[in-house]
Amino acid sequence: MFSVILSTASRYLLPLLLIFSFFLLLRGHNEPGGGFVGGLVAAAAYALYFIANGVDEAEKLLKAEPIRLISVGLFLAVISTIPSILIGKNFMTGVWLDTNFPLIGKIGTPLVFDVGVYLLVLGIALKIIFSLAEEDR
Amino acid sequence: MSFLLALIIGILYGAGTYMILRRSLVKVILGLIFLGHAANLLIFTIGRLTKGAPPFIPQGAETLAEPYADPLPQALILTAIVIGFGVQAFAIVLFKRTYQTVGTDDLDKMKSTDELK
Amino acid sequence: MTNQIIILPIILPLIFAVTMLFFWKSVKIHRYVNLIGSTISLVVSVIIMIQVLSDGIISLQVGSWQAPFGISIVADLLSAVMIVITAVIGFATALYSIGTIDPGREKFLYYPLLQFLLMGINGAFLTGDIFNLYVWFEVMLISSFVLLALGGTRGQFEGAIKYVTLNLLSSAIFLAAVGILYGIAGTLNMADLARRIPFIEQKELLTAVSVLFMIAFGVKAAIFPLFFWLPASYHTPPVAVSAIFAGLLTKVGVYALIRFFTTIFVHDIGFTHNLLLISAALTMLTGVLGAAAQSDFRKILSFHIISQIGYMILGLALFSPLAIAGAIFYIIHHIIVKTNLFFVSGVVDKLKGSYDLGKLGGVYKYYPILGLLFLIPALSLAGIPPLSGFWAKFVVIKASLEIKEYLIVGIALLVGLLTLFSMTKIWNEVFWKDDPKGSENYIDESYKQISTVKKYLMFAPIILLALITIVIGFYAEPFFNYANAAAEQLIDSSTYINSVLGLK
Repeated sequence: MFSVILSTASRYLLPLLLIFSFFLLLRGHNEPGGGFVGGLVAAAAYALYFIANGVDEAEKLLKAEPIRLISVGLFLAVISTIPSILIGKNFMTGVWLDTNFPLIGKIGTPLVFDVGVYLLVLGIALKIIFSLAEEDR
Repeated sequence: MSFLLALIIGILYGAGTYMILRRSLVKVILGLIFLGHAANLLIFTIGRLTKGAPPFIPQGAETLAEPYADPLPQALILTAIVIGFGVQAFAIVLFKRTYQTVGTDDLDKMKSTDELK
Repeated sequence: MTNQIIILPIILPLIFAVTMLFFWKSVKIHRYVNLIGSTISLVVSVIIMIQVLSDGIISLQVGSWQAPFGISIVADLLSAVMIVITAVIGFATALYSIGTIDPGREKFLYYPLLQFLLMGINGAFLTGDIFNLYVWFEVMLISSFVLLALGGTRGQFEGAIKYVTLNLLSSAIFLAAVGILYGIAGTLNMADLARRIPFIEQKELLTAVSVLFMIAFGVKAAIFPLFFWLPASYHTPPVAVSAIFAGLLTKVGVYALIRFFTTIFVHDIGFTHNLLLISAALTMLTGVLGAAAQSDFRKILSFHIISQIGYMILGLALFSPLAIAGAIFYIIHHIIVKTNLFFVSGVVDKLKGSYDLGKLGGVYKYYPILGLLFLIPALSLAGIPPLSGFWAKFVVIKASLEIKEYLIVGIALLVGLLTLFSMTKIWNEVFWKDDPKGSENYIDESYKQISTVKKYLMFAPIILLALITIVIGFYAEPFFNYANAAAEQLIDSSTYINSVLGLK
């Protein structure tokens, strides 16, 4: 079923929801939020777009295979564990840069890990949604 | 509050056990989901319920003042929910594919792998 | 900083899997990465075992969060030997998979899943935290679910339904038990629990929780009466998958039982360990009797997994240092032998196109080497000296004689005899009797099309594991000494506690 209202609204809602998901991702270290919730919100944004415009449009918009997102996400998560070992701390100890960046705040390995989780969750949720949708076609 | 939660956990366990014993695939997966939620609520309740006291050390203080909500059970539940989400999503897809391949959702008709030849 | 090495058996498979996912369209790269990765994992695990042998227990507090607040990764003698065997089986399966797995499955990420499975198994062996153990169980389970259902034949789905349902049920029970245990003890770190449990007053509740854990792990270990998923599912996937499942997955359950009922739950041995003893006896008997009724190569082997699990649980239930050493020795021996038997069954299937004993025959005439390669693990499984299975059974039975449990000795010996019966049944039907198809040298068409390299890759792991079986048999003493030391470490948990909690 195609609805003009939903289809038009989803075009405006998608960027808004994506920005919101970034916001959740970045505030996640000390306040409620984080990569998992952010990834879910981003996946929900794409799911909304898919409901309004069909799976082909949604896949075209994403520009990357979900499995690519999954592998990059996992890769970032693994990468984030390495600095701790390089500076001689225990595995997975958080390592932070001292400088404060505008908007983002401090940068450190937990942030990299969280970005990895974000991409992973986005990739997996989209993979589930797309493969279930493709079956019904 | 604890009593209410205990009641809900009991109902979830009862319903989950009942559903898992049904012959229909859909009911079995619902039963598994109920059992997972029951376990999560059980952890939540058993970690002692403390209302409106997040475990934050106030500025200037060295230690937490009692009573405070134990954050660990919540972390456990969060992890368990995430894992449960993944596993249940997989199980639903598996059950759907099974239904398409076998052509029935009756578990009693799925015993070709158990039969003696 | 040398203790960082013990994270590697967990993180390396993840790195290899991610590498493969990056090249997810090229099956060739998957094969190479998987093979090289398994080799590296094997080397690393051996280094860890040597370190544990020389320096004692190694522990690592992940993220620098002090135990018992953070997650501890611990390698004691038992964990170390388990990860070494996991790596050996991972390596053997990597070889065998290249030789036998069909391109369709390879394309659907078979090799990354194998590495994820190994990550989950290694994680379960190395963790020192109960909730973390739950997480590793789930990692292991979900990869095994996918591996089991990959390919999508009717049998696979029917088997997977039972496997998935019962394992999810056991996970739910595990989770509930974790919650209750946290409510009683206020900690989930195994070392901290071992220290605190003697001072806990609610002993009855503790016993109830321990039984919940026993059920949860019992499902995974396939002990009586919780084993029904195993014979329904293990013969459905490709042999390489069956073999790694048969070798490792149930043993993770046994490992968890051994860890919990030696280090943590020893407050009420009269009840819990007696329950385990009864279950062990019935597991041995039902497994071996179930096998006697079957006439499918892999189903017979599946039922024998169950009966052999009984011996390991028996060793744990007797709870003397010798008995636990026997159980550990038994695990080492059984993982190698059982995986090997499944590998052989796969080669027979490629050769003759069937697993059904009635349709098989004449393999010995055509392929005497394969007959020999079957006999080594088969006789070892039945406990014929001087192969590894003899020493494993011998130690467990000697331990039960010392405790004067004569009934269980009788059952264990009877089960050994029936195992021999099953193995001779397979020998007669598959290798010795004439081929029922009539023609003398009937070979399945598909076998002739397999390239020589793939044939070598099929036989290499079988020969490798057979050699290990022989080595364990003829040089049993160092292996037994190792198992003994591991058992002593388990029973006297003070070194474990001190190492993890950093006490001196």
